[in-house]
Amino acid sequence: MSRYSLLSSITNRLTGVVLSVGLLVLVYWLMAVAGGNRPYLQAHEILSSGFFKLIYAGLLVAFCYHLVAGIRHLVWDTGRGMERAQAKQSAGVVLAVTIVLAVALGYWLFVAAGRAS
Amino acid sequence: MKSLRSPLGRVAGLGSAKSGVHHWWLQRLSSIALVPLTVWFTVSLLSLPSLDHVTVVTWMAQSWTALLLILLVLVATCHSQLGVRVVVEDYVHNTGSRTLTLVILTFVHAFLAVAGVFAILKVAFGGAA
Repeated sequence: MSRYSLLSSITNRLTGVVLSVGLLVLVYWLMAVAGGNRPYLQAHEILSSGFFKLIYAGLLVAFCYHLVAGIRHLVWDTGRGMERAQAKQSAGVVLAVTIVLAVALGYWLFVAAGRAS
Repeated sequence: MKSLRSPLGRVAGLGSAKSGVHHWWLQRLSSIALVPLTVWFTVSLLSLPSLDHVTVVTWMAQSWTALLLILLVLVATCHSQLGVRVVVEDYVHNTGSRTLTLVILTFVHAFLAVAGVFAILKVAFGGAA
C-alpha cells in the first residue's frame, strides 16, 4: 500500500475515534440542558473554557475530514474511483475540501458566531 | 467434516452473504444517515442567536429538533460503536484485553445513547424549563 492511502486510511480512523470522544461532550451538554438552568450554567462555564475551545477546534477538523473521507468511501462502495490514479487524486480532493470546510466552519464558530466564548 | 463451508460454496468460491455483512451494512447505512444529520446539527447549533439555557431549550423542545436530535444520537452512537470496535479488533492483540475493551466500549456507547435520548425527551416534554 502506498503512503497516501495508508495515511488517508489511518487519518479516517483517528478522526473517527476523536469524534467518538466528541460524543461524550455532546451527551454531557444534552444532560446539562436537561438538568435545568443552574446545572446548565455550570456546564456552560466548563464547556466554554480555553481547554474546551481546543477540543472544539480538534472536533471541527476531525468532523470535516471524517465527513469528506466518509463520502469518498461511499463512492468507493458503488465501485467507482478504485483505480490507483483516481484514488490518489480523490485523496488530494478530500484533503483540499477538508481544509476549506474546516476554515469556513472554524470562522463561523470562532469568529462570526463568537461561540464557545 | 473438515470444513463448515458447504461444498457448493467452496466450489463457487463464495463466502456467506448473510449475517457476515451485517456490520459492514450497518456502518454504511449509519454513515449515509449521518451526512445530513451532522450537517443539520452543526448548522442549526451555529445558527442559534445564543447558547443560553432558554434559547437552547426553546430550540430543543421543537418536535422536529427533538426528533432529529434523537436520530442523531442513536445513529452516531451506533456508527461510533461499529467504528471503534473495528479499531480495537485491529490494534488490541491480546484476546483478554481486547474482549474487555470491547465490553467496556459497548457499555459506554449504550449509556451514551440512552442518556442522550433521555435528555432530549426530558427537554422536549418540558422537564428542563
